[in-house]
Amino acid sequence: MGAVDRREAGADLPRPNASQPVFSFEGVGVSFGEARVLHALDVAVPASGVTVVLGRSGSGKSTLTRLCNRLLDPTSGVVRFRGVDVTELDVLALRRAVGMVFQRPTVFVGSVADNLAASGVVDRASHVRMLGRVGLDPGLLDQDAATLSGGESQRVCLGRTLLMRPQVLVADEPTASLDEPATRELEVLACAAVADGVPVLWVTHDLAQFDRIADHGVVLGDGTVIASGSATRLRAAPGGIDALLRAAGPDAAPNDLGSRPAEG
Amino acid sequence: MDGPVQVLGVAASGLLVALAVALSAWAGLGLQRSLVGAALRALVQLALLGLVLTAILAPGRPMALSWLWVGVMIGFAGWTVHRRVPSVPRLGWLSAAAFTAAAAVTLGVLFGARVFPVDATTIVPLAGLMIGNTMTATVLLSRRVLAEFTDKRLEIEARLALAQPSTQAASPYLREALRTALIPQIETTKAVGIIFLPGAMVGLLLAGTSPIQAVQVQLVVMYLILGSVAVTTTIVALGLRRTLFTPAHQMRATLASTQ
Repeated sequence: MGAVDRREAGADLPRPNASQPVFSFEGVGVSFGEARVLHALDVAVPASGVTVVLGRSGSGKSTLTRLCNRLLDPTSGVVRFRGVDVTELDVLALRRAVGMVFQRPTVFVGSVADNLAASGVVDRASHVRMLGRVGLDPGLLDQDAATLSGGESQRVCLGRTLLMRPQVLVADEPTASLDEPATRELEVLACAAVADGVPVLWVTHDLAQFDRIADHGVVLGDGTVIASGSATRLRAAPGGIDALLRAAGPDAAPNDLGSRPAEG
Repeated sequence: MDGPVQVLGVAASGLLVALAVALSAWAGLGLQRSLVGAALRALVQLALLGLVLTAILAPGRPMALSWLWVGVMIGFAGWTVHRRVPSVPRLGWLSAAAFTAAAAVTLGVLFGARVFPVDATTIVPLAGLMIGNTMTATVLLSRRVLAEFTDKRLEIEARLALAQPSTQAASPYLREALRTALIPQIETTKAVGIIFLPGAMVGLLLAGTSPIQAVQVQLVVMYLILGSVAVTTTIVALGLRRTLFTPAHQMRATLASTQ
């Protein structure tokens, strides 16, 4: 047990190419038994900037992120990473290229350094640099990760993901369990990744967050795309994004800024 | 019968069941029916076992019959594990295979080192002891693995998202489940002789075997159980890992959707 298994074969990862979408979803459907979570989903995620996926609870946002690094395979349709069907790629190489941050900070048992080492990068100098990059004191390295606050934990999670040097960052409501200051700090860190040339796919139910960070937007409702395009264009839609979300269903209005439901 | 216990003696011990029933009624536990049912069931099962063993152990019977009976016990044990943990696909087959492997290893050592002679009177009792104890540990392990994989689903997926292969991502949680399954056996082994006298030894002492002989047999039996529990649970844990992940290092949907 614990042995590293690299048998999974597959094509080499496609080279980064700014003119090609980083992800494209073609006729994607996902069902769990009888429950249809996503259907007839067609959308492309640009290879630059922050793309925010906006939708209410149960719109299929989380499921969409899990397709990007093959934690989940679609029931129908094709997901492409830089033009290549993800099932044709080495799944572990794909996951190193597609960094993921989850809704709830999920630190592992052990120290902060142990958590960073779970990325496969084990040298201390890299860990110290990474803590600085995510705005944490390098003195935390030997601290038990269980003692961190929610905001600190989520930054450790972001840090261990960035240590893989991903080509793209996928964040599934990463601020859902954080307070307002911690939320803003994480948003700034994500935008910093964009400045380093790493496009970000960010899922949220929070319209205010969309307004703060989105360069591009995808509005999801009832398991499919209601609208997508540049953030500017979406805001210019009649009635704004609010109206698009309302069209998705009765509960479609995004939550107001203060409320932070545990589940998205 | 020429043993120390006569049929009348068994009937007399039934008085103790009656005592338990009376106590249950007096205290209002409502367990009278269950107590009588369990006692009768044990009576019928052991009587049947007695008949089967008499047939198998009769002089001149081929030893293959004993091995066949061991096969029946393994099949029944696999089916029992499946019934107790029905949510894991193919667990019955997996545990039956693990019991077979553990039987081959442990009985191989005992018979190979000539600790016991290979004959019907040793094959069936040793295999029965081993399978019975190992089955309990296998059920415990399987339930523990399921619980770990349900409770720690987010952690395991976070590890997979960090490009850890499923073997590596599952390892801390399987290790925890294996520890949970092995620790009761270790505790039992530690407590033997001081806190309780195990059934095999009690049986030997009652049958008139010298204490030194009984102790030696009991030691061999404890080590047999310890070894077979370790072998079986390890095989089942490794097998479960294959069952719970897809070849593309994904958690199986059945488990992933258990929130």
